Amino acid sequence: MFENLQERFEKAFQTLKGHGQITEINIGETLKEVRKALLDADVDFKTAKEFTQRVKEKALGQKVLTSIKPGQLLIKITHHELTELMGSAAAPFKPTGNPFTVLMAGLQGAGKTTHSGKIAQLLKDKHGKKPLLVACDVHRPAAVDQLMVLGDSIGVEVYAEPGSKDAVHIAQNAIAHAKSNGHNAVIVDTAGRLAIDEAMMTEIQSIRSAVKPEEILFTVDAMTGQDAVRTAKAFNDALDFTGVVLTKLDGDTRGGAALAIHSVVGKPIKFVGVGEKMDALDTFHPNRMADRILGMGDVVSLVERAQDVISEKEAAALEAKIRKNKFDLEDFLNQIQQLKKMGNIKDLMSMIPGMSKALKGIELDDDSFKQVECIIQSMTPVERSKPEILDSRRKERVAKGSGTDIAQVNRLLKQFQDMKKMMQVMTKGKGGKRSRMAGLSALGR
Amino acid sequence: MSFFKRIFSGKQKESLDSGLAKSRTNVFQKLTKVFTGRRRVDEDLMEELEEALITADVGVETTMKILDRLRKRARFEAYAEVEELYTMLREEIAGLFEGNDSGPVKDMASPHVVMVVGVNGVGKTTSIGKLAWRYKQAGKRVLLGAADTFRAAAIDQLTVWSERAGVEIVAQHMGADPAAVAYDTLEAAVARNSEVVIIDTAGRLHNKRGLMEELTKVRRIMDRIVPGAPHEVLLVLDGSTGQNAVEQAKQFTSATEVTGLVLTKLDGTAKGGVVLAISDQLNIPVRYVGIGEKMEDLQDFEMIEFIDSLLPENWEDAAQAAQS
Repeated sequence: MFENLQERFEKAFQTLKGHGQITEINIGETLKEVRKALLDADVDFKTAKEFTQRVKEKALGQKVLTSIKPGQLLIKITHHELTELMGSAAAPFKPTGNPFTVLMAGLQGAGKTTHSGKIAQLLKDKHGKKPLLVACDVHRPAAVDQLMVLGDSIGVEVYAEPGSKDAVHIAQNAIAHAKSNGHNAVIVDTAGRLAIDEAMMTEIQSIRSAVKPEEILFTVDAMTGQDAVRTAKAFNDALDFTGVVLTKLDGDTRGGAALAIHSVVGKPIKFVGVGEKMDALDTFHPNRMADRILGMGDVVSLVERAQDVISEKEAAALEAKIRKNKFDLEDFLNQIQQLKKMGNIKDLMSMIPGMSKALKGIELDDDSFKQVECIIQSMTPVERSKPEILDSRRKERVAKGSGTDIAQVNRLLKQFQDMKKMMQVMTKGKGGKRSRMAGLSALGR
Repeated sequence: MSFFKRIFSGKQKESLDSGLAKSRTNVFQKLTKVFTGRRRVDEDLMEELEEALITADVGVETTMKILDRLRKRARFEAYAEVEELYTMLREEIAGLFEGNDSGPVKDMASPHVVMVVGVNGVGKTTSIGKLAWRYKQAGKRVLLGAADTFRAAAIDQLTVWSERAGVEIVAQHMGADPAAVAYDTLEAAVARNSEVVIIDTAGRLHNKRGLMEELTKVRRIMDRIVPGAPHEVLLVLDGSTGQNAVEQAKQFTSATEVTGLVLTKLDGTAKGGVVLAISDQLNIPVRYVGIGEKMEDLQDFEMIEFIDSLLPENWEDAAQAAQS
């Protein structure tokens, strides 16, 4: 259902050709697309509206440079604004106090119990703490058991009072237990509650007063729609939380709720949950989230994974080639082979801008590149570095050699040309890390 | 709110009313505001309507579809009065549910097998507990199958619900093969002559291919014991989920042939408007709505009531509500 924003922009901007600068009239259609993309991503109505207005103000009067398409300029502005709005840099998480106490809060099913476990593991492994998990969800059946099982799996003690229905009392006792048993970090799991449930909101306020937490983490499902703003605001009014945990981000949601929450309550998103395992917890990167909301894929994460496989030297050489427009089919072949080393192709491809949609329902495995590899391997070294010398006779030979036909060879060559063009744009636009893997996105077109 | 009291009078509707009342207030007030104080159809009015629908998570595409039809009809039928426009709006929304408002299954096989699926944290296990209680109240012999063998303590949670509802449960240990649990449950159901079987499954995000394939396998194995099973596959959706719910419905349907939706957590401030888009694009009916944490807080989905939860019933009532 989501169209790549970039494609939409290009469509919308066809009317803009020949105009030297961005004006109110020629930007109208494009801004509508920006707004629609934001709403599709579950950014709340009001934020989307204000945001579009701000982008418009920034864009008006800007000269449309010849080297960069107006659509791209607008994406750049939009992306920049989104990143700014989400807090521009990753928020710090510094365990202070003894014991360092974390209170988890949120709606039912947001992932509080699972993330209590994840944060305990983080404190234990990365901060050298001796954490204590506290089971204060006395409402949901078996919530205490769930925390016990999780605690057991990560080797963290769980404080619980089975049978007790007094969450405030349990929390108090837990702090005393932590102090007398040398626990220097305490994570208090609580029951899910609706913001409009006054009795339950009073309960969690009392828990807060009892444990005086250094961190209060509002845990929210990344798939939440327009209600995210209301809920976040209500929890913030009641608890004045210190940060947000955005969960289930390993799904394919755009996660516009993140933007809404940040813009309305102004609290940083400290963690994102990216899986069911206890180590599936990441720090939040506003610019990656901006990519995601705009449907631009997670190029940075892809690059990070690529760096595990590709050495710095190789990468630098490749980048130099791209800059000089010397990137050839041989490099392309190498890139494919390295890509295969990086793991499951489908996972990787879904990180690339616009690919998740293109890939839907397509069986994609490592064999998918076989044909491309065969075609390139059927070329001579000279042909690989100068594909333009491929005339119809050469193409016929390559087709025969690779067991394909001329149309398939032509298609590959065209894709390669498009990719090169895009790489040029990306290199000029952003440079650095990003450009290394940027070319991959042309593969699926 | 006098109008709602009229519509929802009757004991069994009381909890639905109190649940939905909270949920409806915002949109209700908004639409009331939109429809009162204006006599002519204009673009400002259309924009306000757009905001109301989008804020209820109906989604841009479906909202535009509703409003475009409304515009065309208003022009074509030369209607300009707001009252008439309102009736049309209500009709257009109802139109999206067309063919999808059949309500719960009436002719049940025995055992009637229900499989429950959904992403993590939407309320599958809770909904199963409530559904089991409903069937039990209707005098059925109910058996639950604890095929969520992945999440910590999911089996314990379902066991608590089975005790509350007073129904039997088949469970293995954590980490057991969910297909095997489903298989055992159906075998036990046949042996014990159970009339309704409800199979719980582990929550999973719909973009995880391996996990979705596992679900297909769980579904497939049931037919071996009870031909035609599962008779219903219920996808549980969190009422506060945004546009991603459409993708959830698509992916779960392609893996397990979903026959109906359960829309949960409608006792909060969320509206669940995304089911309009799902109904429109995928023709999956909403079967039940969850409106609280108590056993009896699962109600049949009533299309008219749902639309009324988004819209005031007519102009006069809206005007009245706006004044009060």
